Amino acid sequence: MRKYSVFAVAREAMRGHKGWEAQWTSPEPRKEYDVIIVGGGGHGLGAAYYLAKEHGITNIAVIEKGWLGGGNTGRNTTIIRSNYLYDESMDIYEHSLKLWEGLSQDLNYNVMYSPRGVMMLSHNVHDKQSFQRHVHANRLYGIDNEWLTPQQAKEFVPVLDISASARYPINGAALQRRGGTARHDAVAWGYARAASDRGVHVIQNCEVKGIRRGPDGAVTGVETSKGFIGAKKVAVSASGHNSVILSMADVKLPLHSVPLQALVSEPMKPIFPCVVMSNSVHAYISQSDKGELVIGAGTDQYNSYSQTGGLQIITHTLDAICELFPMFRRVKMMRQWGGITDNTPDRSAIQGVTPVKNLFVNCGWGTGGFKATPGSAHLFAYLIAKGEPHRLAAGLTLDRFRTGRLIDEAAAAAVAH
Amino acid sequence: MSGANRIAGQGRLTPAKTARFTFDGKTIDALVGDTVASALLANGVHLVGRSFKYHRPRGILSAGPEEPNALIDVSRDAARRQPNVRAPVQEVFDGMKVESQNRFPSLAFDIGGINNLLSPFFAAGFYYKTFMWPKAAWEKVYEPFIRKAAGLGVSPTEEDPDHYANRYAHCDVLVAGAGVAGLSAALAAAEAGARVILVDEQPEVGGALHFDTSVKIDGQSGYDWAQATAAKLKAMENVTVLTRTTAFGYYNHNFVGLVERVTDHLPKPDKKLPRERLWQVRAKRVILATGSIERHMVFANNDRPGIMLASAARTYLNHFGVAVGRKVGVYTANDSAYEAAFDLKRAGVTIAAIVDNRDKPGDAVLTEARRLGIEVLTGHSVIDTKGKLRVSSMSVARNGGGSARSIAIDALLMSAGWTPSVHLFSQSRGKVAYDAATGRFLPGTYAQDCLSVGSCNGTDGLQATIEESLAAGELMARATGNEGGNKLELSGENAFEWTGGMAGAAEGAGIDTTVKAFVDFQNDVCAKDIRLAVREGMHSIEHIKRFTTNGMATDQGKLSNIHGLAIASEVLNREIPKIGLTTFRAPYTPVTFGALISHSRGDLFDPARKTPMHAWEEAHGAVFEDVGNWKRAWYYPRSGETMHDAVNRECRTVRNAAGLFDASTLGKIEVVGPDAAEFLNLMYTNAWDTLKPGRCRYGIMLREDGFVYDDGVVGRLAEDRFHVTTTTGGAPRVMNHMEDYLQTEFPHLKVWLTSTTEQWAVIAVQGPKAREILEPLVEGIDISNEAFPHMSVREGKICGVPTRLFRMSFTGEAGYEVNVPADYGQAIWEAIWARAEPLGACAYGTETMHVLRAEKGYIIVGQDTDGTVTPYDASLGWAVSKKKTDFVGIRGLKRPDLVKEGRKQLVGLLTKDPNVVLEEGAQIVADPNEPKPMKMLGHVTSSYWSENCGRSIAMALVAGGQARLGQTLYVPMPDRTIAVEVSEMVFVDKEGGRLNG
Repeated sequence: MRKYSVFAVAREAMRGHKGWEAQWTSPEPRKEYDVIIVGGGGHGLGAAYYLAKEHGITNIAVIEKGWLGGGNTGRNTTIIRSNYLYDESMDIYEHSLKLWEGLSQDLNYNVMYSPRGVMMLSHNVHDKQSFQRHVHANRLYGIDNEWLTPQQAKEFVPVLDISASARYPINGAALQRRGGTARHDAVAWGYARAASDRGVHVIQNCEVKGIRRGPDGAVTGVETSKGFIGAKKVAVSASGHNSVILSMADVKLPLHSVPLQALVSEPMKPIFPCVVMSNSVHAYISQSDKGELVIGAGTDQYNSYSQTGGLQIITHTLDAICELFPMFRRVKMMRQWGGITDNTPDRSAIQGVTPVKNLFVNCGWGTGGFKATPGSAHLFAYLIAKGEPHRLAAGLTLDRFRTGRLIDEAAAAAVAH
Repeated sequence: MSGANRIAGQGRLTPAKTARFTFDGKTIDALVGDTVASALLANGVHLVGRSFKYHRPRGILSAGPEEPNALIDVSRDAARRQPNVRAPVQEVFDGMKVESQNRFPSLAFDIGGINNLLSPFFAAGFYYKTFMWPKAAWEKVYEPFIRKAAGLGVSPTEEDPDHYANRYAHCDVLVAGAGVAGLSAALAAAEAGARVILVDEQPEVGGALHFDTSVKIDGQSGYDWAQATAAKLKAMENVTVLTRTTAFGYYNHNFVGLVERVTDHLPKPDKKLPRERLWQVRAKRVILATGSIERHMVFANNDRPGIMLASAARTYLNHFGVAVGRKVGVYTANDSAYEAAFDLKRAGVTIAAIVDNRDKPGDAVLTEARRLGIEVLTGHSVIDTKGKLRVSSMSVARNGGGSARSIAIDALLMSAGWTPSVHLFSQSRGKVAYDAATGRFLPGTYAQDCLSVGSCNGTDGLQATIEESLAAGELMARATGNEGGNKLELSGENAFEWTGGMAGAAEGAGIDTTVKAFVDFQNDVCAKDIRLAVREGMHSIEHIKRFTTNGMATDQGKLSNIHGLAIASEVLNREIPKIGLTTFRAPYTPVTFGALISHSRGDLFDPARKTPMHAWEEAHGAVFEDVGNWKRAWYYPRSGETMHDAVNRECRTVRNAAGLFDASTLGKIEVVGPDAAEFLNLMYTNAWDTLKPGRCRYGIMLREDGFVYDDGVVGRLAEDRFHVTTTTGGAPRVMNHMEDYLQTEFPHLKVWLTSTTEQWAVIAVQGPKAREILEPLVEGIDISNEAFPHMSVREGKICGVPTRLFRMSFTGEAGYEVNVPADYGQAIWEAIWARAEPLGACAYGTETMHVLRAEKGYIIVGQDTDGTVTPYDASLGWAVSKKKTDFVGIRGLKRPDLVKEGRKQLVGLLTKDPNVVLEEGAQIVADPNEPKPMKMLGHVTSSYWSENCGRSIAMALVAGGQARLGQTLYVPMPDRTIAVEVSEMVFVDKEGGRLNG
């Protein structure tokens, strides 16, 4: 792999960038792999990378129905944070955040992790109780998250309206300074390039049609649009379509899939310094490096696999954004889109073994999977290699819905995360 | 004078009607009806903006919403400022202020232009390969630099004083686009009797008839026919014609979003008018007549000011009377551009040459060019241009090599053909199909009840368009049950058929990797960038788009997408349809947030709910808190009192005398029917069939997973009638939860649910003097302790008004909750207050309510529980029936993890120092010296200063809490560690005798 650096860019600039090579290769599939990962998003590509890098397994194919990073990896609002409440969540998201902090250097690919801060606005006594609970839990765990007065919040986000006359006045905020954003496409491409460099096959436009199992019930490979491909282990990480894939092996997952929408404004000069979220008003917003306001909307109220959604979801979100930031009323929406999220009953992910031998699953990241990408991928690789979960992902098993050991962040935060 | 380039006798504007505005501080004279673009061109201003990445000087490329370059900042006053406005769309008005964007210190000298010199370094995706060292510099140095360079306009900084409107509409046929096709279709549908809505984004109908003056329809000039037809349609009762209105989004079930720009073109708009109006239309049928957009030619330095689309130059001449240059070149791959040259030539403009990269253009246009004496260079290409702030010459060479010839020009018109606007069709989830013969994506498989007509459907000839559109209009009218009208016929003729066109890089864009042949102008994406993306392995069009940012600018690829695709196709040697098309997403053109939210702001964003006693509370000095969308009296400070003082006084007064509390916000549901008790048995953990009429019971409701969902007191008024109360925040979701189960799980039960939250005002009278206060006011109910014990309910009257009187308590004192019809709430409150005040009672708010209930260990669902707490965890196991075999959550409650040892349980906490009040949400540990991550046992759920106890009290969820009574635990705070003792949860009147007082 040709190393990326400012010197390489300068050298190529002198010769018309003719020397760059393909970031990943697209070989024809082999007959059999040690591991097939279904789903070429950040989680799947990352898992392939870490399997190759840390577990010495390189005979791997990542199979993607469409194009790399074309699912939720390329559709989300790129928010990164780890200020969750429960130990199981802090374990995985903080592990992930630590990997984010060195990811560009590790992959030699600038994923533009930008710790600009994630601020959660508190509007009433209930919010304050909830956020302070998070702040204290995070502090004792060792995660940065601090409580700000309205004045301190405004110093950090000058466009914030902290007047008491607002419909939902701001009575404080929780700020995680290490939280922020990253460039979503770069995450998929960076992992694909680094994995490909270590021998991983990245196979796009290849749809999984079935999961083949041997006489002992263990998986033996996958039926695809490019024919049967054998595998000793199959690991599924296909976001909104996880339940569809797993049902091919008769594994029923407690997931429901709903479209989640987002939108961007026209690009503008820097005006919004960090990520701001409000649970009470149901809005979150940041500004991209290109200058667009990036705004996350809600999910439709019914299950669907259509990567589009209703206008009323968008207008409701903008109601909230403009209520918090009235100055943006004259700004224009440039594009809206949707993605399919897979949601568990407790709104926390499932990563673990399945009832089928050598079939592993990573799913249920719902509306918050992007931030988990490196952590989830890293621990998923461990699971695939060792056949049992890493300590930091031990709470994410499928079994918890039978035992009742739920990780109910939604109940704690009372809102999607 | 409205500009030196205005040509007498040309255009449709009235010379006498003038308007004046400023551009970067310079006064510009214009005519009413001008766009900013036409007015600037009339005054010889071509340099209007700077590009995104390289800050290249840019001019006006188009005459429509596809404009990528001429984006301006328009303001009426300081608060009414809008960035990123398209100059060819914005109509001028007297007094408007226009500023250019993305330049410093000035448009002509922009320091950011240095990026153009450094552009070899800034190839597509270069930022993924560098800026990684040192690590911290990305956030501190590189990213701020990139962010500052990016972005175009400057965000408004003041609250928008304008207002917006919203309308819902239904129709039989919605027609999007009012050119020849749309007008014909609308006319046919309307004549048949259909309810029609016809929309067009321009100020006037006509579409391409604005520039194509060769068209005649029914013997009139095309433009005149269009206006006459629009007038006819407007006069019909079943038709709504909306101009300046964009159909921006096509959603499920023929739901189409329109945005109408109402006042942005008016010098002094009536204040009553909304600035924009959102129309949300549900149409039985939709006809898409959205036309097509001319593409530019992709060649070296095709972006200089003065280089524009041929049809745009024709619009500026034929509609606005403006010559875009005096010595104009044309570069085309398509016959339509010739007509621009012909029109300009006839208006007295010199045509330097028509350069046609085809060997064989249409005979008709060649003949006419010859007749007009215009030099045509077929089989030639423009391989470069010169001119710093405006194009000054073009280099022309024969295809396949040969020496270049420089031709002096002051404007260059280009056309690579026309791209059908399939945006709305695609948004409707219809599948486009590639027509290889004409190199166009056209509507293929329809997903909704719509039809495409005219050039957006690939229909080329004028007469064919008219006939197709008339037929579609009639068909859609008939399909929606309209039987009127006769078959319409219209005849149209035009000068030339348009043929030809190309996609991708023209000869002259070269394969050279340094040539800047722009594909996406605004984002500075060149042909070489697309090629680089492919070289780096980006083989899907989505990857190419995201890697190069092609099509991601404010025009969303209206000009660039097809070119980008064609270049990728060429490099990959793969057919265009195999590379795919990026998804078309709403909106078609950007839509103002304000229009989308319309009235939903301030109090209408989320109306504040107020109780019937709100005015009294306000008059008596209450401070309010937001609970859900309710405003609740929080505490009643007297003069000089802090919140702490007021709450302490209120707490003392309730326990020593009495207090009045407004409990109206609690959710109330009337559960009625022969199976009401059975239904409640299923919804709550408790048994309800054993509850006698006239008695109440505290009930707990679980989710399916076994965790506490809501609680409240339920009174049985009769065998078949229950008065259910819920938490304030839970009222709507509990109602939904009950309805959901009733309709889906228990449909066999005869039960009816009615939300009565707002029908009853609830006045809680609590304290040792409660009965003394109420007794003389109540009629027909014996409220003696014996006749009306704790947890009873009676119906009767109070002060002559019907009441449901509950004997219940959330304070631990003897208490009553007086329910009266909401309209009487304040009057009855005042009557009770008149009795209570002389007896030493006070009004108290939610804070005192919280303290008093905590003193008794009563929980608040949502504060002391969080969706992970079972009734057993909350010491409420007594409320779970042991006999019932079914209720919602019974199975979840039996899961291994919900019954195992060591679960977090609700307990009391007493700080070792009684004066220290814990922070709610603070975490609890056993070993305060453990390194991080520390093992957290739980957290403080409720914590108060209790004046009645003379110390702080708290409730907490603690792992294995019941087994830890008496243990010392620790609450580590940032500045100190607080030692606490685990205790029982009841801090006052442990025996509960006061309830029966």
